[in-house]
Amino acid sequence: MSAYNFAYLDEQTKRMIRRALLKGIAIPGYQVPFASREMPMPYGWGTGGVQVTAACLTPEDRLKVIDQGADDTTNAVSIRKFFETTAGVETTERTRAATVIQTRHRIPEEPLGEDQILVYQVPIPEPLRFLEPRETETRRMHALEEYGLMHVKLYEDIARHGAIATSYAYPVKVEGRYVMDPSPIPKFDNPKLESAAIQLFGAGREQRIYAIPPHTRVVSLDFEDHPFVASKADHACDLCGADHSYLDEVIVDDAGGRMFVCSDTDFCATRQAEGHRGRLSPEAAE
Amino acid sequence: MRDEALTGGFADAPVEAARAFRAALSALARPGRIETIGGAAAPAPVSEAAATLLLTLCDGETPLYLAPSHDSPALREWIAFHIGAPLTDRAGAAFALGTWEALAPLDTFARGTSDYPDRSTTLIVEVPRLAPEGKRLTGPGIETEARLNLPEVAAFRANRAGFPLGWDFFFTAGTALAALPRSTVVEDA
Repeated sequence: MSAYNFAYLDEQTKRMIRRALLKGIAIPGYQVPFASREMPMPYGWGTGGVQVTAACLTPEDRLKVIDQGADDTTNAVSIRKFFETTAGVETTERTRAATVIQTRHRIPEEPLGEDQILVYQVPIPEPLRFLEPRETETRRMHALEEYGLMHVKLYEDIARHGAIATSYAYPVKVEGRYVMDPSPIPKFDNPKLESAAIQLFGAGREQRIYAIPPHTRVVSLDFEDHPFVASKADHACDLCGADHSYLDEVIVDDAGGRMFVCSDTDFCATRQAEGHRGRLSPEAAE
Repeated sequence: MRDEALTGGFADAPVEAARAFRAALSALARPGRIETIGGAAAPAPVSEAAATLLLTLCDGETPLYLAPSHDSPALREWIAFHIGAPLTDRAGAAFALGTWEALAPLDTFARGTSDYPDRSTTLIVEVPRLAPEGKRLTGPGIETEARLNLPEVAAFRANRAGFPLGWDFFFTAGTALAALPRSTVVEDA
């Protein structure tokens, strides 16, 4: 513990990240460049999120880390251990008990409160990147609020598939100004981007930080005749019976057997503890 | 160099800076909310909150402008010892410190560019007191509306009209801290 500065990063790096975070909050949805550092984990493992979390943590915080909704996957476990070692903060798996939540590709099912911070790990922060590879051009497009290309992309979805086929990293417009990539969360989570919590986004490899303050208008892009739909698998959770949570499909045998379970492990475990049962719960299956 | 310049830093920099930043983040993310920060002491007339904010956010990479209300040899020495921020004129400042009257006119501070709206000055405004009353605030970070005793309306209305360009403000009084990002709509009550 004492071999590291509090929360791993040196103070000058934290100041630089903190200044970027404040500008991000002041300009909701705008990607602030920052001098991302090498972290003791590979790019793609949440180096951006880890740097943002490190800049935010205080010794009083209780940290929760989720990967695709789960507290117990490799990425979540290793980042949790990292901050237990370098910051000495308490950790938790309960959404309600956490003050800072770092997430990869999900927003917890339980609505977040005023005093919580949600930190997203972001692989590609630029929503226009796959449409226009040049940074100079996408920066200009944001400056001029020139987002026609994004609507053409969504229109082409409709022309080809009959519906908007984008199912994750679904672009949103923040406070009527910047089009933003919400990180690869399923579009089921998009309505939850309007939250009481502070939402911070960190992209380590791409060196960008952006943010959504609490109670900020976040609109998923769509068309009048093809409105945005927050879709999910048309099933209930097989363990807790929830019909309103985002589900993972799990193949259970080699004969086409499958089950659907909540991707948010804390949400599912809490419901099971409250006595909710699904189709494949041990009691129900007996 | 006077002794005064050598004292007044954080006792435990990583932890105190972390707590101060969280208060600043919370204040800026929820315009009108008044937070309490402390731990640093700079030569008068700098308030404890402003001194703490300087230690938390400024370093050798952030040119700092001291308005006439706060520019003194004692403060310059304190900044040189604790922060190392280069002192600069209005146009080149990443941060500016002073009273509302001394910081005016704001037009000379950087508002960012349309490509990089983040390259704008953050103003730390020392005020006599902060109270959740007076001007009406709405916008990102505010569920319905908030109130704050801001010095005026016109400057903040013009600032909002230029969004996404603009200045961001921290207001400090004693250990009290409030903030106003460029995104907030300010109206007379």
